[in-house]
Amino acid sequence: MEAASLPAGLELVAGGGAGLSPEKRAVLGSSLLLLQRDYRFERVWFWGCIQGVRGAYYIAEGLGPDRAAPRSRLYSLNCVEWSLLPPATKEMVAQAEQLKGRFQGDPSFEYENPEINAEDAEGLIEDSKELLIKEEARLVATIEQIDRAVGIIPRGAFVKTPLGSVHENRNFEGLSLTEAKKLSSYFHFTEPVNLKNKTLLEKADLDPSTDFLDSLEHDVPQGSWTVQLEKGGTVVVLRSLLWLGLTFYHVPMTKQYGYVYFGTGEKNLDLPFML
Amino acid sequence: HGPYQPHEPGYGLYQPGYSPYDDQIPDLNSQKLAIENAKAYLLESSTVSGLNLYDHLANMLTKILDERPTNAVDIIENISKDVKWAQFQKKMDTLRDEHEILPTFEAAEKRKALFLRANGEGAEELEEDIGETPLPNVMETAFYFEQAGIGLSKDESYHIYLALKNLITVHPIQTCRFWGKILGLEMNYIIAEVQYRDGEEEEEEGEEEEVTEEEEKGMGEIEEEDEDEEKEKDEPPKSTYKPPPVIPKEENGTGANKYVYFVCNEPGKPWVKLPPVTPAQIVCARKIKKFFTGRLDAPVVSFPPFPGNEANYLRAQIARISAGTQISPIGFYQFAEEEGDEDEEGGRDTFEENPDFQPLPVAEMVDSLSTWVHHVQSILMQGRCVWLNPIQKSEEEEDDEDEEEEKAEEPEELQQEVGPPLLTPLSEDEGIQNIPAWTAQPSTNLIPHHAAAILQSNRWPGAYAFASGRNFENIYFGWGHKYSPENHSPALPPPVQAEYPSGPEITETTDPTVEEEQAFKAAQEKALAAEEEEEEEEEAAEDDEEEDDD
Repeated sequence: MEAASLPAGLELVAGGGAGLSPEKRAVLGSSLLLLQRDYRFERVWFWGCIQGVRGAYYIAEGLGPDRAAPRSRLYSLNCVEWSLLPPATKEMVAQAEQLKGRFQGDPSFEYENPEINAEDAEGLIEDSKELLIKEEARLVATIEQIDRAVGIIPRGAFVKTPLGSVHENRNFEGLSLTEAKKLSSYFHFTEPVNLKNKTLLEKADLDPSTDFLDSLEHDVPQGSWTVQLEKGGTVVVLRSLLWLGLTFYHVPMTKQYGYVYFGTGEKNLDLPFML
Repeated sequence: HGPYQPHEPGYGLYQPGYSPYDDQIPDLNSQKLAIENAKAYLLESSTVSGLNLYDHLANMLTKILDERPTNAVDIIENISKDVKWAQFQKKMDTLRDEHEILPTFEAAEKRKALFLRANGEGAEELEEDIGETPLPNVMETAFYFEQAGIGLSKDESYHIYLALKNLITVHPIQTCRFWGKILGLEMNYIIAEVQYRDGEEEEEEGEEEEVTEEEEKGMGEIEEEDEDEEKEKDEPPKSTYKPPPVIPKEENGTGANKYVYFVCNEPGKPWVKLPPVTPAQIVCARKIKKFFTGRLDAPVVSFPPFPGNEANYLRAQIARISAGTQISPIGFYQFAEEEGDEDEEGGRDTFEENPDFQPLPVAEMVDSLSTWVHHVQSILMQGRCVWLNPIQKSEEEEDDEDEEEEKAEEPEELQQEVGPPLLTPLSEDEGIQNIPAWTAQPSTNLIPHHAAAILQSNRWPGAYAFASGRNFENIYFGWGHKYSPENHSPALPPPVQAEYPSGPEITETTDPTVEEEQAFKAAQEKALAAEEEEEEEEEAAEDDEEEDDD
């Protein structure tokens, strides 16, 4: 969620029981501003918090002029000092997917990769470095996976210019209440995958300036999002069931929206059994 | 000489009266005519929409000049669209607009009702009960948890506070506690843990028991009729399957049913009481993992089939979470001093507050897990807190059947299950793989003087506890499932049961082939022929003998 709307946003997301202590809220107000100054970001988003066994990671993202470009990610253990994370690579993501269990809370902790076939082991004995994965790499890969899978925005909030870059839509007044309850009004804020598979008839109805992303309607498995009205029906809260802890809020007919992750950083692979 | 066109060589050369900024028509009258023509063209109404460009441009420019947005040229198309759209909104309110009742308004009404005090009754009760009230101080608890970043927004906490107050005025309650919030797919659950005043147990329990007894009698009659009919027909072999004995649930007020739980979906909605939990439900809940939908009457479709609906599943999960994660600082509770109870099976199950409790400093509470104890009994494998031998009971109940058969087929003796006794410190809790069962932190590292000790459970993610001085509290915010690093694999269906013992009269044999039949026939004929010869010989022998005797 936007750093500027952090206090209000946290109030709206608190229905899940997770939030930040007053101390962290107070320090984030200033430390995120300083991040913006130091790294020359145009926008700073507070991404959320990943709970480890011995400590927690607080994550922030910085956006440049093109909002859809790959974002810079920073982490902190105490919300005061932030460290830049390396960009995620496919190998990192593939390796991190094999790891199971909680985060430890120590960025230099090294995991031993237990799932190695006998054939692979022979090849890898030479490169013993590949057997150990640092928790920092796992952190990067997890954030990338979460953003790609469940980072969402309301339809119409961002607009694509003819030059290809993406900006906030200044004319976005918020979704109406009926629109806000439908999954098709929300998009994944990442490279679209299903867009080109739509039929020509569907594509004719789309507005290329606002409908350039995948909507949530066709997420697999169906039902992996819960849509609820909270606070007496004034806030629409979407929670992801695939990554438990990701919460998206939007106040209909206003410009307030945002998503935040408070959780353990583990994918819920039991989802099909649980629905 | 007219104005130069762009392709002519004289174009662009500045000449007085002929600069590019002059109007193309120099003559004043024809200029006016041209303006009027242009304006008439702009005032032309569109055949499709009935608007005309002149009014539209005027409205647009008025709007822009009123609002003065930055970079208006970039959003001019959107402004144009907005102005057109505004045409279609009728300024005169029709009746339809007035009657539009959004669901948000109804919800707001319910929440407002929480804040209204019932006149008359409210004032009198306040005077009596200000001293002791079972109402917990939800806001104080919320404050301590907020120091750790856990909890609902202040608004919601206050609404829950008032909803609990309503609960207390309606039911005769001795102690009440905000247990926590469980999230669901369509709606969430807010849960209150309650203990009734002694002697004020619900009469609904008696009604339920009577109903079940009547049902059983009805069933018994139907069964007898069926058996009579069946005896006349040729019966297939009866199965020797005897279902395992049903383990009875614990009495209200003891063990897993020590507390009664009330749930509601949102503060303002009526509280619904959850039924007591049975051991079978707990045993089954351990094997399944399902999300809650938010409707208490929703069926739970799973394997092994869950004996009940969502209300039962919710109650079973609440019982498991309470048994696993309700903790208190050591010394806050102590056992009542009755020495006679020590020999009883199952250990002690009652405790009372210790008046001499000395709170430990926060640093100690955080460093060592042995400063915390569980104050809720753990649930055994059987599904109860106090072990019950099901075989003894079944012998008493089934006196009608052959007792000899019963005793001969008695399954292996069940060993008494023992769980950790009440008030066990947390250091005895097993971790999962290499993760300890609890994570302890102070609420703040910057100001240790007023910090509180915060514990998070790693086995039940979402269960938290805090302690600060004499205050402590437990709470749960989560989806209601246990943590397991391994993926959930559902139970396999049991192997196919043997229906009946196989014996010679039931087993199929292959029919004999033609050659075998012929060989058999030939052998039979040989045997017959051999017998006839022997008989003839015997007869001959007998005749001879008879002749001899004569």
